[in-house]
Amino acid sequence: MSITVYIPTPFRRLAGNQIYLKAEGRTVAEVLESLGSQYPALRHMIYDETEEIPAHISIYLNNQEIHSLQGKQTAVKDGDELAVIPAIAGGQVLTPEQVTRYSRHIIMPQVGPIGQRKLMAAKVLIVGAGGLGGPSALYLALAGVGTIGIIDFDVVDLSNLQRQVLHQNDDVGQPKTLSAKKTILSYNPDVNVVVHNSPLTSDNAMEIIPQYDIVVNGADNFTTRYLVNDASYLCGKTLVDGSILLFDGQAMVFQPGSGCYRCLFPAPPPPGMVPSCAEAGVLGALTGVIGSIQAIEVLKLILEIGESLVSRLLLFDALAMEFRVVKLRRDPKCPLCGDDPTIDKLIDYEGFCGAPFPGHDGA
Amino acid sequence: MMVEVRVTANLQNLVNGQRSVRAEGSTVRELLDDLESRYPGFKEMLMSNGHLHRFVNIYLNDEDIRFLRQLDTPLGEGDVLSILPALAGGSR
Repeated sequence: MSITVYIPTPFRRLAGNQIYLKAEGRTVAEVLESLGSQYPALRHMIYDETEEIPAHISIYLNNQEIHSLQGKQTAVKDGDELAVIPAIAGGQVLTPEQVTRYSRHIIMPQVGPIGQRKLMAAKVLIVGAGGLGGPSALYLALAGVGTIGIIDFDVVDLSNLQRQVLHQNDDVGQPKTLSAKKTILSYNPDVNVVVHNSPLTSDNAMEIIPQYDIVVNGADNFTTRYLVNDASYLCGKTLVDGSILLFDGQAMVFQPGSGCYRCLFPAPPPPGMVPSCAEAGVLGALTGVIGSIQAIEVLKLILEIGESLVSRLLLFDALAMEFRVVKLRRDPKCPLCGDDPTIDKLIDYEGFCGAPFPGHDGA
Repeated sequence: MMVEVRVTANLQNLVNGQRSVRAEGSTVRELLDDLESRYPGFKEMLMSNGHLHRFVNIYLNDEDIRFLRQLDTPLGEGDVLSILPALAGGSR
Protein backbone atom coordinates (compact mmCIF):
# COMPACT_ATOMS: atom_id res chain seq x y z
CA MET A 1 0.00 0.00 0.00
CA SER A 2 1.28 3.45 -0.84
CA ILE A 3 0.28 5.99 1.77
CA THR A 4 0.69 9.76 1.74
CA VAL A 5 2.20 11.12 4.94
CA TYR A 6 1.73 14.76 5.90
CA ILE A 7 4.77 16.26 7.61
CA PRO A 8 4.07 19.42 9.62
CA THR A 9 6.42 22.39 9.56
CA PRO A 10 8.52 21.58 12.67
CA PHE A 11 9.49 18.16 11.26
CA ARG A 12 9.99 19.14 7.64
CA ARG A 13 13.71 19.77 7.90
CA LEU A 14 14.03 16.17 9.14
CA ALA A 15 12.23 14.91 6.03
CA GLY A 16 14.02 16.64 3.17
CA ASN A 17 11.83 19.74 3.54
CA GLN A 18 8.90 17.93 1.99
CA ILE A 19 5.29 18.53 3.01
CA TYR A 20 4.03 15.17 1.77
CA LEU A 21 5.97 11.93 1.66
CA LYS A 22 5.09 8.53 0.27
CA ALA A 23 5.56 5.48 2.44
CA GLU A 24 4.65 1.80 2.19
CA GLY A 25 2.94 -0.52 4.64
CA ARG A 26 -0.23 -2.43 5.53
CA THR A 27 -0.64 -0.92 8.99
CA VAL A 28 0.15 2.41 10.60
CA ALA A 29 3.14 0.80 12.35
CA GLU A 30 4.55 -0.47 9.04
CA VAL A 31 4.10 2.91 7.38
CA LEU A 32 5.88 4.67 10.25
CA GLU A 33 8.66 2.05 10.09
CA SER A 34 9.07 2.67 6.35
CA LEU A 35 9.12 6.40 6.99
CA GLY A 36 11.67 6.03 9.77
CA SER A 37 14.02 3.96 7.61
CA GLN A 38 13.94 6.68 4.91
CA TYR A 39 14.43 9.52 7.39
CA PRO A 40 16.26 8.34 10.53
CA ALA A 41 16.14 11.81 12.14
CA LEU A 42 12.37 11.79 11.82
CA ARG A 43 12.26 8.34 13.39
CA HIS A 44 13.87 9.78 16.52
CA MET A 45 10.99 12.20 16.80
CA ILE A 46 8.23 9.64 16.24
CA TYR A 47 9.54 6.92 18.57
CA ASP A 48 10.96 7.29 22.06
CA GLU A 49 13.66 5.05 23.60
CA THR A 50 11.05 2.39 24.42
CA GLU A 51 10.01 2.28 20.74
CA GLU A 52 6.65 3.81 21.59
CA ILE A 53 5.08 6.93 20.10
CA PRO A 54 5.55 9.62 22.77
CA ALA A 55 2.47 11.29 24.25
CA HIS A 56 3.16 14.63 22.61
CA ILE A 57 2.99 13.13 19.12
CA SER A 58 -0.39 12.35 17.63
CA ILE A 59 -0.85 10.24 14.52
CA TYR A 60 -3.92 10.87 12.41
CA LEU A 61 -5.21 8.53 9.71
CA ASN A 62 -7.48 10.52 7.40
CA ASN A 63 -7.89 13.06 10.20
CA GLN A 64 -8.82 10.46 12.82
CA GLU A 65 -6.51 10.04 15.77
CA ILE A 66 -5.28 6.43 15.65
CA HIS A 67 -6.06 5.77 19.32
CA SER A 68 -9.73 6.07 18.39
CA LEU A 69 -9.07 3.40 15.73
CA GLN A 70 -6.84 0.35 16.39
CA GLY A 71 -3.74 2.28 17.36
CA LYS A 72 -0.55 1.40 15.52
CA GLN A 73 -2.16 -1.79 14.24
CA THR A 74 -4.79 0.15 12.28
CA ALA A 75 -4.86 -1.14 8.72
CA VAL A 76 -4.21 1.32 5.91
CA LYS A 77 -5.16 1.24 2.25
CA ASP A 78 -4.05 2.94 -0.94
CA GLY A 79 -4.88 6.64 -0.97
CA ASP A 80 -5.02 6.98 2.82
CA GLU A 81 -3.35 9.98 4.38
CA LEU A 82 -1.36 9.79 7.57
CA ALA A 83 -0.38 12.91 9.50
CA VAL A 84 2.30 13.08 12.18
CA ILE A 85 1.31 15.98 14.40
CA PRO A 86 3.51 17.16 17.24
CA ALA A 87 1.78 18.98 20.06
CA ILE A 88 2.64 22.43 18.83
CA ALA A 89 0.24 25.27 18.22
CA GLY A 90 1.21 28.79 17.33
CA GLY A 91 4.71 28.18 18.59
CA GLN A 92 3.40 26.85 21.89
CA VAL A 93 3.53 23.27 23.04
CA LEU A 94 0.10 21.66 23.08
CA THR A 95 -0.33 19.69 26.26
CA PRO A 96 -2.01 16.29 26.37
CA GLU A 97 -4.80 18.04 28.26
CA GLN A 98 -5.33 20.34 25.32
CA VAL A 99 -5.36 17.45 22.89
CA THR A 100 -8.15 15.93 25.00
CA ARG A 101 -9.99 19.23 25.46
CA TYR A 102 -10.31 19.84 21.73
CA SER A 103 -10.64 16.17 20.72
CA ARG A 104 -14.28 16.51 19.55
CA HIS A 105 -13.16 19.16 17.12
CA ILE A 106 -9.90 17.51 16.16
CA ILE A 107 -11.55 14.21 15.15
CA MET A 108 -13.71 15.98 12.57
CA PRO A 109 -12.03 16.00 9.17
CA GLN A 110 -13.23 19.61 8.62
CA VAL A 111 -11.23 20.72 11.66
CA GLY A 112 -8.47 18.23 12.33
CA PRO A 113 -5.23 19.11 14.06
CA ILE A 114 -4.42 21.76 11.50
CA GLY A 115 -7.78 23.46 11.93
CA GLN A 116 -7.37 23.42 15.68
CA ARG A 117 -4.04 25.18 15.30
CA LYS A 118 -5.70 27.79 13.08
CA LEU A 119 -8.25 28.40 15.84
CA MET A 120 -5.49 28.74 18.42
CA ALA A 121 -3.67 31.25 16.25
CA ALA A 122 -6.79 33.35 15.54
CA LYS A 123 -7.56 36.75 17.06
CA VAL A 124 -11.19 37.82 17.32
CA LEU A 125 -12.54 41.13 18.63
CA ILE A 126 -15.96 41.11 20.29
CA VAL A 127 -17.64 44.52 20.37
CA GLY A 128 -19.90 44.55 23.42
CA ALA A 129 -19.78 42.03 26.27
CA GLY A 130 -23.57 41.84 26.35
CA GLY A 131 -26.31 39.61 24.99
CA LEU A 132 -24.71 38.72 21.65
CA GLY A 133 -21.07 39.13 22.63
CA GLY A 134 -21.60 36.68 25.50
CA PRO A 135 -22.48 33.47 23.66
CA SER A 136 -20.11 34.42 20.82
CA ALA A 137 -17.20 34.90 23.21
CA LEU A 138 -18.00 31.75 25.17
CA TYR A 139 -18.22 29.41 22.18
CA LEU A 140 -15.12 30.92 20.60
CA ALA A 141 -13.27 30.50 23.90
CA LEU A 142 -14.44 26.90 24.30
CA ALA A 143 -13.29 26.20 20.74
CA GLY A 144 -9.81 27.37 21.68
CA VAL A 145 -9.68 30.62 19.72
CA GLY A 146 -6.30 31.90 20.86
CA THR A 147 -6.94 35.60 21.40
CA ILE A 148 -10.32 37.11 22.24
CA GLY A 149 -10.52 40.88 22.59
CA ILE A 150 -13.49 42.33 24.43
CA ILE A 151 -14.42 45.99 24.20
CA ASP A 152 -17.08 47.41 26.51
CA PHE A 153 -17.28 50.38 28.82
CA ASP A 154 -20.31 49.34 30.83
CA VAL A 155 -20.77 47.79 34.26
CA VAL A 156 -22.92 44.74 34.91
CA ASP A 157 -26.50 45.64 35.80
CA LEU A 158 -29.00 43.29 37.43
CA SER A 159 -31.22 43.65 34.35
CA ASN A 160 -28.41 42.20 32.18
CA LEU A 161 -28.60 38.83 33.91
CA GLN A 162 -31.84 37.85 32.13
CA ARG A 163 -29.72 37.03 29.06
CA GLN A 164 -26.02 37.89 29.37
CA VAL A 165 -24.25 34.61 30.04
CA LEU A 166 -20.82 36.15 30.68
CA HIS A 167 -22.01 37.77 33.90
CA GLN A 168 -23.31 36.35 37.16
CA ASN A 169 -25.02 37.62 40.29
CA ASP A 170 -21.81 38.52 42.09
CA ASP A 171 -20.62 40.56 39.09
CA VAL A 172 -23.29 43.24 39.40
CA GLY A 173 -21.53 46.61 39.56
CA GLN A 174 -18.28 45.23 38.09
CA PRO A 175 -16.95 46.35 34.69
CA LYS A 176 -18.34 43.99 32.04
CA THR A 177 -14.91 43.45 30.52
CA LEU A 178 -13.51 42.17 33.82
CA SER A 179 -16.50 39.94 34.45
CA ALA A 180 -16.23 38.65 30.87
CA LYS A 181 -12.51 37.90 31.25
CA LYS A 182 -13.07 36.05 34.51
CA THR A 183 -15.87 33.92 32.99
CA ILE A 184 -13.94 33.12 29.81
CA LEU A 185 -10.83 32.10 31.73
CA SER A 186 -12.86 29.92 34.07
CA TYR A 187 -14.11 28.03 30.99
CA ASN A 188 -10.79 27.91 29.19
CA PRO A 189 -7.56 29.20 30.72
CA ASP A 190 -5.80 28.78 27.33
CA VAL A 191 -7.44 31.89 25.90
CA ASN A 192 -5.56 35.15 25.85
CA VAL A 193 -8.33 37.59 26.81
CA VAL A 194 -7.52 41.18 25.89
CA VAL A 195 -9.68 43.75 27.64
CA HIS A 196 -10.49 47.16 26.15
CA ASN A 197 -12.38 48.86 28.97
CA SER A 198 -13.71 51.89 27.07
CA PRO A 199 -16.35 52.71 24.47
CA LEU A 200 -15.32 52.07 20.86
CA THR A 201 -15.03 55.50 19.25
CA SER A 202 -13.66 57.12 16.10
CA ASP A 203 -10.53 57.89 18.15
CA ASN A 204 -9.62 54.33 19.13
CA ALA A 205 -11.29 52.10 16.51
CA MET A 206 -8.47 52.29 13.96
CA GLU A 207 -5.95 51.35 16.66
CA ILE A 208 -7.90 48.46 18.15
CA ILE A 209 -9.46 46.72 15.11
CA PRO A 210 -6.19 46.12 13.17
CA GLN A 211 -4.96 44.00 16.12
CA TYR A 212 -7.54 41.33 15.22
CA ASP A 213 -8.41 39.03 12.31
CA ILE A 214 -12.22 39.12 12.59
CA VAL A 215 -14.67 41.48 14.31
CA VAL A 216 -17.89 40.29 15.98
CA ASN A 217 -20.48 43.01 16.41
CA GLY A 218 -22.74 42.86 19.42
CA ALA A 219 -23.28 46.61 19.75
CA ASP A 220 -26.59 47.78 21.14
CA ASN A 221 -26.89 51.10 19.32
CA PHE A 222 -26.73 52.45 15.77
CA THR A 223 -23.89 54.91 16.47
CA THR A 224 -21.47 52.10 17.38
CA ARG A 225 -22.92 49.82 14.70
CA TYR A 226 -22.06 52.22 11.85
CA LEU A 227 -18.66 52.94 13.39
CA VAL A 228 -17.83 49.22 13.63
CA ASN A 229 -18.99 48.71 10.04
CA ASP A 230 -16.88 51.54 8.63
CA ALA A 231 -13.79 50.82 10.72
CA SER A 232 -13.86 47.09 9.90
CA TYR A 233 -14.17 47.86 6.18
CA LEU A 234 -11.41 50.48 6.26
CA CYS A 235 -9.14 48.02 8.12
CA GLY A 236 -9.95 45.24 5.62
CA LYS A 237 -11.45 43.02 8.31
CA THR A 238 -14.41 40.68 8.06
CA LEU A 239 -17.31 41.72 10.28
CA VAL A 240 -19.69 39.13 11.70
CA ASP A 241 -22.77 41.13 12.58
CA GLY A 242 -25.85 40.32 14.60
CA SER A 243 -28.76 42.20 16.08
CA ILE A 244 -31.86 41.39 18.09
CA LEU A 245 -35.06 43.01 19.27
CA LEU A 246 -38.15 41.55 20.92
CA PHE A 247 -38.47 38.14 19.21
CA ASP A 248 -36.49 38.91 16.03
CA GLY A 249 -32.87 38.35 15.20
CA GLN A 250 -30.69 39.20 12.21
CA ALA A 251 -27.25 37.82 11.38
CA MET A 252 -24.91 38.66 8.53
CA VAL A 253 -21.26 38.55 7.50
CA PHE A 254 -19.64 41.51 5.77
CA GLN A 255 -16.44 40.86 3.87
CA PRO A 256 -14.76 43.88 2.31
CA GLY A 257 -15.87 43.95 -1.32
CA SER A 258 -19.08 42.00 -0.90
CA GLY A 259 -21.30 44.54 0.78
CA CYS A 260 -21.46 46.24 4.15
CA TYR A 261 -24.01 47.37 6.73
CA ARG A 262 -24.45 50.63 4.81
CA CYS A 263 -25.41 48.65 1.68
CA LEU A 264 -28.10 46.98 3.77
CA PHE A 265 -29.28 50.03 5.69
CA PRO A 266 -27.88 53.24 4.15
CA ALA A 267 -28.86 55.37 7.13
CA PRO A 268 -29.91 54.81 10.72
CA PRO A 269 -33.43 55.52 11.91
CA PRO A 270 -33.97 58.83 13.65
CA PRO A 271 -33.45 58.43 17.40
CA GLY A 272 -36.50 56.89 19.02
CA MET A 273 -37.98 55.49 15.78
CA VAL A 274 -36.70 51.95 16.32
CA PRO A 275 -36.65 51.13 20.00
CA SER A 276 -33.66 49.55 21.75
CA CYS A 277 -33.83 46.31 23.74
CA ALA A 278 -33.78 48.41 26.90
CA GLU A 279 -36.87 50.26 25.69
CA ALA A 280 -38.81 47.46 24.01
CA GLY A 281 -37.41 44.25 25.50
CA VAL A 282 -35.85 41.12 24.09
CA LEU A 283 -36.38 37.42 24.67
CA GLY A 284 -33.22 36.42 26.54
CA ALA A 285 -32.70 33.06 24.85
CA LEU A 286 -32.80 34.79 21.46
CA THR A 287 -29.35 36.19 22.21
CA GLY A 288 -28.09 32.61 22.48
CA VAL A 289 -29.37 31.76 19.00
CA ILE A 290 -27.95 34.80 17.22
CA GLY A 291 -24.74 34.96 19.30
CA SER A 292 -24.09 31.27 18.61
CA ILE A 293 -24.69 31.81 14.90
CA GLN A 294 -22.10 34.59 14.99
CA ALA A 295 -19.64 32.24 16.72
CA ILE A 296 -20.31 29.53 14.12
CA GLU A 297 -19.64 31.97 11.29
CA VAL A 298 -16.37 33.08 12.91
CA LEU A 299 -15.24 29.46 13.35
CA LYS A 300 -16.11 28.67 9.71
CA LEU A 301 -14.14 31.70 8.53
CA ILE A 302 -11.08 30.73 10.58
CA LEU A 303 -11.29 27.10 9.46
CA GLU A 304 -12.07 28.13 5.88
CA ILE A 305 -14.93 25.65 5.66
CA GLY A 306 -18.53 25.73 4.47
CA GLU A 307 -20.58 28.54 3.00
CA SER A 308 -20.18 31.80 4.84
CA LEU A 309 -23.24 33.94 5.53
CA VAL A 310 -21.61 36.59 3.35
CA SER A 311 -24.03 38.15 0.80
CA ARG A 312 -26.96 36.77 2.76
CA LEU A 313 -29.05 38.12 5.59
CA LEU A 314 -30.33 35.49 7.99
CA LEU A 315 -33.62 36.38 9.68
CA PHE A 316 -34.82 34.53 12.75
CA ASP A 317 -38.40 34.87 13.98
CA ALA A 318 -38.61 33.23 17.40
CA LEU A 319 -42.41 33.47 17.60
CA ALA A 320 -43.00 31.70 14.30
CA MET A 321 -39.82 29.63 14.95
CA GLU A 322 -38.68 30.31 11.42
CA PHE A 323 -35.37 31.04 9.80
CA ARG A 324 -35.36 32.87 6.47
CA VAL A 325 -32.57 34.04 4.23
CA VAL A 326 -32.73 37.05 1.93
CA LYS A 327 -30.11 38.36 -0.46
CA LEU A 328 -27.68 41.00 0.67
CA ARG A 329 -26.08 42.87 -2.19
CA ARG A 330 -23.19 45.27 -2.38
CA ASP A 331 -24.69 48.62 -3.37
CA PRO A 332 -22.60 50.22 -6.14
CA LYS A 333 -23.78 53.58 -4.75
CA CYS A 334 -22.63 52.78 -1.20
CA PRO A 335 -20.63 55.75 0.13
CA LEU A 336 -18.22 53.34 1.91
CA CYS A 337 -17.74 50.28 -0.30
CA GLY A 338 -19.46 51.35 -3.54
CA ASP A 339 -17.88 52.14 -6.91
CA ASP A 340 -17.33 55.81 -6.08
CA PRO A 341 -16.82 55.92 -2.31
CA THR A 342 -16.92 59.21 -0.43
CA ILE A 343 -15.99 57.83 3.00
CA ASP A 344 -12.28 57.05 3.23
CA LYS A 345 -11.86 57.64 6.94
CA LEU A 346 -14.04 57.52 10.02
CA ILE A 347 -16.70 60.22 10.22
CA ASP A 348 -18.66 61.90 12.99
CA TYR A 349 -20.96 59.02 13.95
CA GLU A 350 -22.75 60.91 16.67
CA GLY A 351 -23.74 63.52 14.08
CA PHE A 352 -24.59 60.87 11.47
CA CYS A 353 -26.82 58.90 13.82
CA GLY A 354 -28.12 61.88 15.80
CA ALA A 355 -27.22 60.02 18.97
CA PRO A 356 -24.12 60.03 21.19
CA PHE A 357 -21.91 57.00 21.72
CA PRO A 358 -23.26 55.31 24.82
CA GLY A 359 -20.91 55.85 27.70
CA HIS A 360 -20.06 59.39 26.70
CA ASP A 361 -23.24 60.72 28.23
CA GLY A 362 -23.50 58.08 30.90
CA ALA A 363 -26.28 56.30 28.98
CA MET B 1 -53.04 40.43 -6.43
CA MET B 2 -53.20 39.12 -2.86
CA VAL B 3 -49.80 38.98 -1.25
CA GLU B 4 -48.64 37.90 2.20
CA VAL B 5 -46.83 40.66 4.10
CA ARG B 6 -44.61 39.75 7.05
CA VAL B 7 -43.52 42.29 9.59
CA THR B 8 -40.97 42.15 12.42
CA ALA B 9 -42.13 42.15 16.02
CA ASN B 10 -41.47 45.87 16.46
CA LEU B 11 -43.90 46.68 13.61
CA GLN B 12 -46.58 44.27 14.79
CA ASN B 13 -48.45 46.91 16.76
CA LEU B 14 -49.13 48.73 13.48
CA VAL B 15 -51.18 45.78 12.18
CA ASN B 16 -53.20 44.83 15.26
CA GLY B 17 -50.49 42.59 16.65
CA GLN B 18 -50.31 40.25 13.66
CA ARG B 19 -46.99 38.90 12.33
CA SER B 20 -48.36 38.46 8.86
CA VAL B 21 -51.18 40.18 6.99
CA ARG B 22 -52.68 39.74 3.51
CA ALA B 23 -52.82 42.78 1.30
CA GLU B 24 -53.87 43.66 -2.24
CA GLY B 25 -51.92 45.42 -4.98
CA SER B 26 -50.26 44.97 -8.35
CA THR B 27 -47.12 46.82 -7.17
CA VAL B 28 -45.43 47.32 -3.80
CA ARG B 29 -46.70 50.93 -3.78
CA GLU B 30 -50.32 49.84 -4.28
CA LEU B 31 -49.94 47.22 -1.62
CA LEU B 32 -48.65 49.76 0.92
CA ASP B 33 -51.62 52.02 0.02
CA ASP B 34 -53.96 49.11 0.72
CA LEU B 35 -52.32 48.51 4.10
CA GLU B 36 -52.50 52.23 4.91
CA SER B 37 -56.24 52.27 4.19
CA ARG B 38 -56.80 49.46 6.68
CA TYR B 39 -54.07 50.33 9.18
CA PRO B 40 -53.77 54.11 9.22
CA GLY B 41 -50.24 55.25 10.10
CA PHE B 42 -48.61 52.13 8.62
CA LYS B 43 -46.97 53.93 5.68
CA GLU B 44 -45.66 56.73 7.84
CA MET B 45 -43.44 54.28 9.72
CA LEU B 46 -41.89 53.09 6.46
CA MET B 47 -41.90 56.13 4.19
CA SER B 48 -41.54 59.86 3.98
CA ASN B 49 -42.05 62.11 0.92
CA GLY B 50 -42.96 59.10 -1.21
CA HIS B 51 -39.66 57.35 -0.50
CA LEU B 52 -38.90 54.37 1.66
CA HIS B 53 -36.89 55.26 4.79
CA ARG B 54 -33.24 54.36 4.39
CA PHE B 55 -33.35 52.21 7.53
CA VAL B 56 -36.23 50.07 6.23
CA ASN B 57 -35.87 47.33 3.64
CA ILE B 58 -38.66 45.56 1.81
CA TYR B 59 -37.94 42.15 0.37
CA LEU B 60 -40.02 40.57 -2.36
CA ASN B 61 -39.45 36.91 -1.59
CA ASP B 62 -35.66 36.97 -1.03
CA GLU B 63 -34.77 40.06 -3.07
CA ASP B 64 -34.42 43.64 -1.79
CA ILE B 65 -36.84 45.79 -3.86
CA ARG B 66 -34.14 48.51 -4.09
CA PHE B 67 -32.44 46.16 -6.55
CA LEU B 68 -35.71 45.49 -8.41
CA ARG B 69 -38.02 48.38 -9.38
CA GLN B 70 -38.29 49.82 -5.88
CA LEU B 71 -41.88 50.77 -5.00
CA ASP B 72 -42.97 50.05 -8.59
CA THR B 73 -41.85 46.43 -8.33
CA PRO B 74 -44.72 44.30 -9.65
CA LEU B 75 -46.24 41.62 -7.44
CA GLY B 76 -47.41 38.16 -8.39
CA GLU B 77 -49.81 35.69 -6.83
CA GLY B 78 -48.13 33.79 -3.99
CA ASP B 79 -45.38 36.36 -3.45
CA VAL B 80 -44.26 37.05 0.09
CA LEU B 81 -43.26 40.56 1.07
CA SER B 82 -41.09 41.08 4.17
CA ILE B 83 -40.70 44.45 5.82
CA LEU B 84 -37.49 44.74 7.77
CA PRO B 85 -36.31 47.75 9.74
CA ALA B 86 -32.73 47.96 11.01
CA LEU B 87 -32.38 46.62 14.55
CA ALA B 88 -29.61 47.82 16.81
CA GLY B 89 -29.92 45.53 19.79
CA GLY B 90 -26.86 43.66 20.93
CA SER B 91 -27.84 44.03 23.76
CA ARG B 92 -27.02 46.05 26.78
